[in-house]
Amino acid sequence: MAKYTYSYYPGCSSQKGASSSNLMKSVQTMCEELDVELNEIPDWNCCSASIGYASGSELPRLTLSARNIALSEEHNKEQEIVATCAACWLATREAAERLKEDESLFAEANQALAEAGLKLNNTTPIKHMAEVLVEDVGFDEIQAGVKKPLEGIKIAGYVGCQTNRPFGIHGESFENPVYLDKMIEAVGAESIPDYEKKVQCCGGALAFSEPDKSQEMIKGIIEAAYDNGADMIATPCPLCQANVEIYQDQINEKYNTKFNIPVVYYSQLISVAYGRSASDAALDGQLIPAKQLEEIAKK
Amino acid sequence: MSDLNKRMIEEYRNDFLKEVEANVEEGEWVKMCMQCGVCSGSCPLGKHWAHPPQEIFMMIRAGKRDEVLTSDSMWMCTSCYNCIVRCPRQLPITHIMHGLATYSKKLGLVPKGQPTATFAEIFWNNMMKKGRVNELKLGLALYFKDGFGPGIKEALRNKDLGTKMMKAKRMSPAEFFGGHGIKDVSGLQKMIKKAQELEEARMKKFD
Amino acid sequence: MSDEKKFAAYICTGCGIGDRLDAGQLENVATREGRMNVVKQHEMLCSKEGVKMIQDDIDNDGVTHVVIAACSRRAKMEAFAFPQTEVAITRANLREGVIWARPDTDEAKETTQEMAEDYIRMSCGEIKQMNPPKPSGQQGRNPNVLVVGGGVTGMTAALEAADAGYTVHLVEKTGALGGHVAKLHKRVPFRAAPPGTPNTPDANLPMPEDTGIEELIKRVEENDSIKVYLNSRITKTSGAPGRFSVDISAESGDTVTENIGSIVQATGFTLYDPSELKEFNYAGSPDVVTNLEFEELTNAAGDGPIKRPSDGKEVKAVVFVQDVGQNSDEEGKLPYDSGVGDLVAIKQALYCKHHNGDDCDTTIVYNNLRTPGAPGEDFYRSGQKNGVIFTKGDVKEVIPGDTLTVKMHDKILDEDADVHADLVVLDVGMVPNSGPDPYAANESLEGMSDEERAEELEAQAEAAAAEEAGGPSVSVESILNLDYRQGTDLPQLKWGFTDSHFICFPYETRRTGIYAAGPVRRPMDIKQAMDDATGAAMKAIQEIENAAQGRAAHPRVGDLSYPTFRKEGCTQCKRCTVECPFGAIDEDEERYPQYNESRCRRCGTCMGACPVRVISFENYSVNTVGAQIKECSIPEEWDEKPRILVLACENDAYPALDQAAIAGEEISPWARVIPVRCLGSVSLSWVTDSLNNGFDGIIMMGCKRGDDYQCHFVRGSAMANERMAKVGDTLESLNLEPERVVVHEVAITDIERVPALIKDMEETIEKIGLSPFKF
Repeated sequence: MAKYTYSYYPGCSSQKGASSSNLMKSVQTMCEELDVELNEIPDWNCCSASIGYASGSELPRLTLSARNIALSEEHNKEQEIVATCAACWLATREAAERLKEDESLFAEANQALAEAGLKLNNTTPIKHMAEVLVEDVGFDEIQAGVKKPLEGIKIAGYVGCQTNRPFGIHGESFENPVYLDKMIEAVGAESIPDYEKKVQCCGGALAFSEPDKSQEMIKGIIEAAYDNGADMIATPCPLCQANVEIYQDQINEKYNTKFNIPVVYYSQLISVAYGRSASDAALDGQLIPAKQLEEIAKK
Repeated sequence: MSDLNKRMIEEYRNDFLKEVEANVEEGEWVKMCMQCGVCSGSCPLGKHWAHPPQEIFMMIRAGKRDEVLTSDSMWMCTSCYNCIVRCPRQLPITHIMHGLATYSKKLGLVPKGQPTATFAEIFWNNMMKKGRVNELKLGLALYFKDGFGPGIKEALRNKDLGTKMMKAKRMSPAEFFGGHGIKDVSGLQKMIKKAQELEEARMKKFD
Repeated sequence: MSDEKKFAAYICTGCGIGDRLDAGQLENVATREGRMNVVKQHEMLCSKEGVKMIQDDIDNDGVTHVVIAACSRRAKMEAFAFPQTEVAITRANLREGVIWARPDTDEAKETTQEMAEDYIRMSCGEIKQMNPPKPSGQQGRNPNVLVVGGGVTGMTAALEAADAGYTVHLVEKTGALGGHVAKLHKRVPFRAAPPGTPNTPDANLPMPEDTGIEELIKRVEENDSIKVYLNSRITKTSGAPGRFSVDISAESGDTVTENIGSIVQATGFTLYDPSELKEFNYAGSPDVVTNLEFEELTNAAGDGPIKRPSDGKEVKAVVFVQDVGQNSDEEGKLPYDSGVGDLVAIKQALYCKHHNGDDCDTTIVYNNLRTPGAPGEDFYRSGQKNGVIFTKGDVKEVIPGDTLTVKMHDKILDEDADVHADLVVLDVGMVPNSGPDPYAANESLEGMSDEERAEELEAQAEAAAAEEAGGPSVSVESILNLDYRQGTDLPQLKWGFTDSHFICFPYETRRTGIYAAGPVRRPMDIKQAMDDATGAAMKAIQEIENAAQGRAAHPRVGDLSYPTFRKEGCTQCKRCTVECPFGAIDEDEERYPQYNESRCRRCGTCMGACPVRVISFENYSVNTVGAQIKECSIPEEWDEKPRILVLACENDAYPALDQAAIAGEEISPWARVIPVRCLGSVSLSWVTDSLNNGFDGIIMMGCKRGDDYQCHFVRGSAMANERMAKVGDTLESLNLEPERVVVHEVAITDIERVPALIKDMEETIEKIGLSPFKF
């Protein structure tokens, strides 16, 4: 038996060949190291993220998440659900809470679920992987397992929106959460607690539909990281990672900047610090290579 | 535009407010806004809203049905939830904006070509097909939303990005043929259809 | 000096005083220079043993005058009170005033010791000029409280006083008790939602509640200790707290005279009349009503729907226009906001929802929505929850018609809008029911030179005397008809509201023993008025007991000293009678001042006013301070040790200096601080004498003056400032630089600033040189 066991909701973008497959890979490596067992929810579906609302109104949207919870309650009994994607976590937890508050919505959701032969009890806690690390594992335990401290790397901890709001990590402030900085310190790197764009929006899904408006915000996020002397940006959110990393060329072209800063996941930092290879840490999934991490992984 | 969209609304009466309360997600909260403006000041895309959330709430209470439901504003929401956590009255502002967008779309009042509305629809349809999102097809559909010509141009503009993503194994051409999906697609589709029916039945009709 | 006087000085060596100072040397100073009959040291003077030592000397050794050289006079007040003993006491401040204010270093040791020795010398000089204060015996205990006004405030005050065992005479000008509240349908709720009530739209929030006025009236009528006078007015009030004589005259002309201990004035308000504001068409349409008229409409509706006056149509849409004729500098409008109007509008909009159904639309057009008072924000939320529409806007015009049109500018949407309604309710404000302001004429004095001012005051005094024969010629009817030298009614702060030191002493007025409560003091709602009435009743009771014992009301609570004057020296200049901030001083038949000590607050402003220095208190006089100035050592010029005299108001400046020392701020070794009761008591002679004695600089520290004054005696600080304008002449005549004398306004919180002000004077002296008057 592993030290920690959870029911796992990876989400669409974490799948093989998808935009945050590197998150999935590094999370798996990290969990091996921390003795965390993740049991994927069988036949999980998309949560509809933060953009599904327009066509999928309230009840259909909540029902999508209700299906995942119901499947988890049926197949991964007594296990807390853990998500690694900010939107997946938010949508699932949001659904769980809304269906708890509103009995008639809960009844309707179950009526719909019955069409797929499912039933929701809605008694399962919904967690983000960051909560697992902060609350269940703890910073001390994370630090204790570090084999190769990430010395000499200055990292801007970019928490973003949906990992932080409206739920966030228990005990953290919405305006200036510090758990990611603590995590960065725990693996031996230097954090930037005053990084002013820590919880700035990257545009989210509007990076696709409103690229100019979103890239203006992304530019600010990167600029502030450079201003604070960061070597790289680390984030817990797949959409933050993608938006901040992949549009740097387009931003450079538009604003005549020379951005080329790696954007990595916390799980990649932990994997490398725990002595795992660049490939286990999914560093090959970077569009902008995180050379300092690669070098430490090589040692 | 159906007759439903030509309601005669007396200004500064409760007519439209009651409609919003009945038919818009979390709409019953609108009357509780105290007009402090913290939401508007907290919105990362605030400057792009013709009517920021605070104003939208006031417009609903002033009975400005057409202006609200045909507005481009709520489509500027990035779902960052800043407004929700800062609202001193704890209004679920993000959800209300989503709800207004949904209601506007349902009534066919969304401004033509609103990019986020278009993307949202593409996303939903993409996801509903197999129960999970096909990112490749989602991207292509978005590029080609305005037709074949502009689509090729947009795709070419993002060609380098695509190549890089594929090299990093974060985009797969295999997705074009089939790709990820769930096993019980039909169960899921039946479930959603049921949910939509139940919700529709709850909608109040106003004349 | 009479033989019966025996002077004693007690030096405490506790709290580090003995470690930092040479107590033996202090003893020498007290004995040889101070000429004290008894000088003793104690290691902890405030302890039971220390206090007993002093008490024994008083009881057994005939000690009558005591110098306590220990901590500040603000510390250990109870231990050193000796309440059962007739004894004069002063304090030399060696702890906060010396050792805590100076650094504990070798180089500071000498000047610190000198400072302590000076304070011993000064206190020994002072005590010889003091006498044990004792009450004049002018008063007896009079347990009758007069309450003027039979509204909710007056009735509450009456019941509170009666329940506490006092007799109440309650005078109401109309034929019934209840005031405005009796006309209301319901009242704004008295409680907020319980803590933890969520923000959700279905939360359980406070709603309008029954006024409870009938129950209150019944309690008053059934109370044997309350005598109610309906259809009556006060036609004369003379005397002083503890011995007021009040004429109560009924409409019929019958007058009774009652002996009264203290008075509560709860005369409430009159509603502002919007007739002159043409844009609202109040006069033009019966369907435009005031908020009070809307209460009557609701009462008329019974259990049914509210109907509009013009045609009895059930109202389906009501617009509430807020702040009508309020918050405006325009002629004929109120310059203030009554504060409660928005609560009232919410309450009335909820009437509409209750009586006329949920589909009766109610729109409140506000400019600044304010919901002070008990239910506060929760009542606003209650209105929102029930579908009342709130909109920020300016109403431009109300157009009458079958459907009224309210033309407004929506300030949030920034556009003009027409709102249609069956009924329009105007939020009009409260105008206080005060009598004529006795100082209204003094506004004409602003900006005058001192001489002009004195002349004007003289002229006014003469005019007032002339008027006495023919009666007052004021436009506003008097309420109290006070037979006072300074006018018939309570002084006002502004806009007709009575004056009080509203931070420290909210119920006090500028007439001791008369307390204002309710909307005559400031606009307020029922709950606030009832709380206010309770506070005023408590003050009235306190004053009855104080007056019975000849004790002062605050800020000098319990002080038994009172001003007396040397008749043979008095020139009848009337400065004291005119400048007393409390109108305490009348003139007798021979036109000499008459001090009415129970009206007196013991600030000494009369003393500071007297050009011939004939006014004094037993324990505070021109001589007690003069002796301190005289006894302070003035080192020779070549010693290069300047002396800075600090005359510090005991209410704020002196405690601020203590606090500075406690906080570890350093105070100049050259400063010698003398506490004064108020800057208003400062005699110009102290300034002249200290300059003549060789002081190099003088700092006067008093409280803030002006409209938002902090002076505990209201006008004392302002008076001092005016009088000190004359100091320039004195300095000029002595050929001294004007910078040597400064007046500062100081707040109790100015802990860092007060030492800095003294330091500034030290630097000034360094620049301009020492005083040439060192002999």
